[in-house]
Amino acid sequence: MRHGVGRFVTGFLALPVGLYLFYVVWPFLQAAGYSLTDWGGYSDRQQFVGLDNYLRLFSDELIRKAFWHNVFFLVTVPLFTIALALFLAFLLNVGGREDKAGIRGVFGSGLYKVIFFFPQVLSLVVIAVMWQQIYRADGQGLINGVLMKIGLVDENDPITFVYDPEPFLGVPAVLWWLLVIAVWSGAGFYMVLFSAAMQSIPKDIYEAAILDGAGRFHTFFRITLPLLRDTVSVAWVYLGFIALDMFALVYIMTPSQGGPNHASEIFASVINFNAFQRGQFGYACAIAVALAIFTILLAALQLRITRRERIEY
Amino acid sequence: MSVNPELDRRTLLRRAAAAGLLVTPAAGLLSACAGSTPSPSNDNAGEKSDDNPFGVQENSAVKVVIFNGGLGDQWAKEDQAIFSAKHPDVTVNMSSTQKIKTEEQPKMATTPSDVVMNSGADMMDVSTLVNEGAIEPLDDLLAAPAWDSPGTVADTLLPGTVADGTFQGKFYVVNIAYTVWGNWYNDALFSKEGWAPPKTFDEFFALAPKIKAKGIAPYVYDAVHGYYPRWALMATIWKSAGKQAVIDIDNLKENAWRAEGVLPALEQWEKLVKDRLLLPGRLDHTQSQQAWLDGKAAFIQVGTWLKNEMAATIPPGFEMKISDYWGLGATDKAPNDVYAGAGEGIVVPSKAPNKAAAKEFLRAVLSKAGSAKFAELTKSLASTVGSGDKVQDSALASANELMKNAPKDLVSVKFWNFYADLDKESQNLSQELMAGRVTAAQFVDKMQAAADKVAKDSSITKQTRDA
Repeated sequence: MRHGVGRFVTGFLALPVGLYLFYVVWPFLQAAGYSLTDWGGYSDRQQFVGLDNYLRLFSDELIRKAFWHNVFFLVTVPLFTIALALFLAFLLNVGGREDKAGIRGVFGSGLYKVIFFFPQVLSLVVIAVMWQQIYRADGQGLINGVLMKIGLVDENDPITFVYDPEPFLGVPAVLWWLLVIAVWSGAGFYMVLFSAAMQSIPKDIYEAAILDGAGRFHTFFRITLPLLRDTVSVAWVYLGFIALDMFALVYIMTPSQGGPNHASEIFASVINFNAFQRGQFGYACAIAVALAIFTILLAALQLRITRRERIEY
Repeated sequence: MSVNPELDRRTLLRRAAAAGLLVTPAAGLLSACAGSTPSPSNDNAGEKSDDNPFGVQENSAVKVVIFNGGLGDQWAKEDQAIFSAKHPDVTVNMSSTQKIKTEEQPKMATTPSDVVMNSGADMMDVSTLVNEGAIEPLDDLLAAPAWDSPGTVADTLLPGTVADGTFQGKFYVVNIAYTVWGNWYNDALFSKEGWAPPKTFDEFFALAPKIKAKGIAPYVYDAVHGYYPRWALMATIWKSAGKQAVIDIDNLKENAWRAEGVLPALEQWEKLVKDRLLLPGRLDHTQSQQAWLDGKAAFIQVGTWLKNEMAATIPPGFEMKISDYWGLGATDKAPNDVYAGAGEGIVVPSKAPNKAAAKEFLRAVLSKAGSAKFAELTKSLASTVGSGDKVQDSALASANELMKNAPKDLVSVKFWNFYADLDKESQNLSQELMAGRVTAAQFVDKMQAAADKVAKDSSITKQTRDA
């Protein structure tokens, strides 16, 4: 009897586990293997070079630049996305008028939910191409066109968006413009995630708080946010991964894939440059492995910091 | 999480590793020098003759991959017909794609296609292919008799074609399209206004106020892809500082960027930007070309593929003509040299299973009949002599005219094909110069520093050019 169950479970799991090992784990291991060689990517010639590639990482100026740009996204993408998503979710679920019918979202929240979620349905490439038109750096761009019409932008000096490396708050402007897209495209999903979590919070907690005279500010910070802690923490980890990536946006939106003049260089663009333009697959693999280790460490750290006793309700 | 960009990094890693998976299925992960002695493939070797110089074996198959970009792929089907008429028993499996690297790179080390047109934005880096021994030297193709004209294949090629495909002394890349670069203008507009296309920057700076007075920007350029403005910058450097200066730059000679004539050339461009002679905004290649077609700017610099690329949106009455890049005038060392050369390269992978048929196919591509069809269908010259003789097109005619008056030396620059690092740096700096964020002097300093860095880096294989 028990033997039969074991066989059933094994049979059920073998294929997916096998596929996972072959298509996910094995390539990762291979990349780690190649990171110890000087493989160029186009032949079967490769030589074992030990940790040379990893030592090179530390003196590579481009990597240093990419690192800080990734750190910028690591801080800002989760922060802004979660803040915006929480704000929207709160309005849509418990931000409405407090009347006899109980706790509910603002008027028309169902419609807003669909609209805010919409970017999530689009492929990131489609989003990037769409934003290329929004950011187009002449009078035909959506933003430039409108601002020129109302006279806020000089026709001879359009906003240059992702072509602008000038620092804003110490960070190249191009990164801020990319951040806008990342937050816009991500907020909808986390809004829905937080909405689901908020709906599982019993209404009577809110009702009791409101009876005790709590306003919106207090209900949000004293009830909603603490009870969403787990969800927010998971969201933070996911968004951290996204922030360490950002490849598609940088690749499609910026000049020279990381430009102008390296102002938007990130790990992934450096990997791409080394692997596919310089023909240094071994070195590119080393950067990728370093990035993977960095990512795992961050996730572990994040989950550890936010670990707390579960609140049962 | 369907739109998780995390997937992209994973795809990248997976692709990198999947390529590796194909490379060394059994040799293990950390194998040093895995399988560096591939068995020479002598299969598919039939009897060699003058008519069949590579010994193509009948009843074999040859796989051809064509880049389907600005030139389309119809011309290749014509070549296939020419090939098949001679070798009816050889199967040609032709496919076309825009994703050359994505599709072909993972196969290079195991079972690649026999003929790969390595072109477009997603092309494989040529110097890496050469350094890795991944593509086949084609010197025997040059020495083979031409398909349908007297002499060898080499005799049928336009000047520069062999040089453009030669790396480390061997001929690897058959560039099939012949491109002429220069400044384009609308002849209808210029005749109406009585403007003459300038030959020097001084003439351009004199004309510019008149153009501006008509509400037209004197110049527009592609601000997104750094290699567009770079053509123009390098052409000016060649004209001003002469051929040897550019050869020295390509060869990473010490202080090559500080040679006499280089800085003044770049200062012309600095002045053009400072005097606000550019169309405001940051446009990419098609946007800038369209702005030019819409009459917002007077000049744009690009190659002869322009007409084909913009064919759908050329306004009626617009007369595209190309004129030579501007020089500096009396001090120029090579004022009349024209920027022209062969592009759209075809390679034969070293591990191609049917190299004989691959080379035979290339002979068909370079045939008289094939290149005439190419010029007719693509409105660009093929890199064989006389391909454009029968084509009636005013844009192509102006390019022909330019070539007729050109001296033997053609402007050509190699360093960006030799070294990916210099390629990237020079693209970035070209963009920065055109955006007015670096000066000509800073451009020179930074390029010299980048060149010195490459020269010192022992992990980069060095390449040189003689002419």
